[in-house]
Amino acid sequence: MDDARIKQGRDGWNWLWAWANPVKFMEISGWLLPWATGIAVVTLAVGLVWGFFFTPEAARFGSSVKIIYVHVPTAMMAINIWVMMLVASLIWLIRRHHVSALAAKAAALVGVVMTLAALITGAVWGQPMWGTWWAWDPRLTSFLVLFLFYLGYMALWAAIEDPDTAADLTSVLAIVGSVFALLSRYAVNFWNQGLHQGASLSLDAEENVSDVYWQPLVICLVGFVALFVALLLVRTRTEVRKRRLHALQMRERMADA
Amino acid sequence: MIALLLRDLRLSVRAGGGFGLGLAFFLIVTALVPFGVGPEAAILAPIAPGILWVGALLACLLSLDRIFQLDFEDGTLDLLATAPIPMEGAVVMKAVAHWLTTGLPLVIAAPVFGGLLNMPPEGFLWIMGSLALGTPALSMIGAFGAALTVGLKRGGLLLSLLVLPLYIPTLIFGAEAAARGMAGFEAMTPMLMVAGITLGSIALLPFAAAAALRINLR
Repeated sequence: MDDARIKQGRDGWNWLWAWANPVKFMEISGWLLPWATGIAVVTLAVGLVWGFFFTPEAARFGSSVKIIYVHVPTAMMAINIWVMMLVASLIWLIRRHHVSALAAKAAALVGVVMTLAALITGAVWGQPMWGTWWAWDPRLTSFLVLFLFYLGYMALWAAIEDPDTAADLTSVLAIVGSVFALLSRYAVNFWNQGLHQGASLSLDAEENVSDVYWQPLVICLVGFVALFVALLLVRTRTEVRKRRLHALQMRERMADA
Repeated sequence: MIALLLRDLRLSVRAGGGFGLGLAFFLIVTALVPFGVGPEAAILAPIAPGILWVGALLACLLSLDRIFQLDFEDGTLDLLATAPIPMEGAVVMKAVAHWLTTGLPLVIAAPVFGGLLNMPPEGFLWIMGSLALGTPALSMIGAFGAALTVGLKRGGLLLSLLVLPLYIPTLIFGAEAAARGMAGFEAMTPMLMVAGITLGSIALLPFAAAAALRINLR
């Protein structure tokens, strides 16, 4: 009976683990990719155009407030992509599905770009708001740390030749890095409490932003998530194909020898 | 395990590797700061704890790739992997040896260098205490980073990049504890946080480091 239940349990998750099979993954992702791309293009176009051109300028902030349509989604994605990489790394370490490791690798570049975009848009916004491009504020500092984590992760991937070793080591790094990223978050909070924390930075969508800005912002958030999914699928598919190409080349070399 | 520790210590003292190098680097950092920011005591004294902590961190970073690299190259690490002691134990001993040759001299020398930076004597105990609590974490985190990059030809810079973000919490709390203690404020909270990071690192990172070593030796 137990076996039956285990089997049933496994079948229940089959739709998920089917992604782990590269052939199945290429099939499913090939079907999914145009949809994700379409959703991303449409929602981003609607959200950004609505946000930039059809919302009134804020009384206190002027037109610079509109950068939230890029700043908030990229900041959100910067953190979420790291979480996604952590989950993918755990799946790789526990169940050794290659697609999972490749997806984590593929996500890193998107993540680092999102982090950089959040930092840059934040600086552009911070300049007129606080009169400075950069402040050693807890949020800014922890994003800088996150940026360093992404760089280290990608550098480690690039430095190791054997793909399985690289996947193992970067997975370990992702796990340890997550613990320390959390720790850094609290550390910088503690370190610089109440020195620079500008009120405008706590512009949490639910609390401070009025309805006019809220609706396009949600659309932009959806757009950025879809954009990430699309980019992730493209990059993971590229990684899978690279792996196949490598295997073919190896086989050819073996045949020649 | 004790034999391993003694061997590492003997090697670092006799083979001219590492021992004293960290200390010399520490001296360079502390000696350069007054030239950079000016010799006024009013400027130097408040930033002294931070400078000492950054100096200690950089000195640690400098000697990290020694932890496993030589043993990896001459095959000792393979022997260690097959030795009857668990890999985790070997990692801990390596980190302890690194701390004894790099961290401990820094702790002892900190008041002298603090004096160079016009640090008031009240701060000596605090900087020594925070370094004594924090540098073991630096060695342990460093051992993890070194284990990740041990198989690489030129892992030094990559090692620094990997370890740098991991060092940030220790640095923040350590420097904060020393600065607060020196200024006479309540400093127990950051002190306890440093101790917590050290204990947590020693409890968890040997497993991660040993896993990384096993992957690299595979």
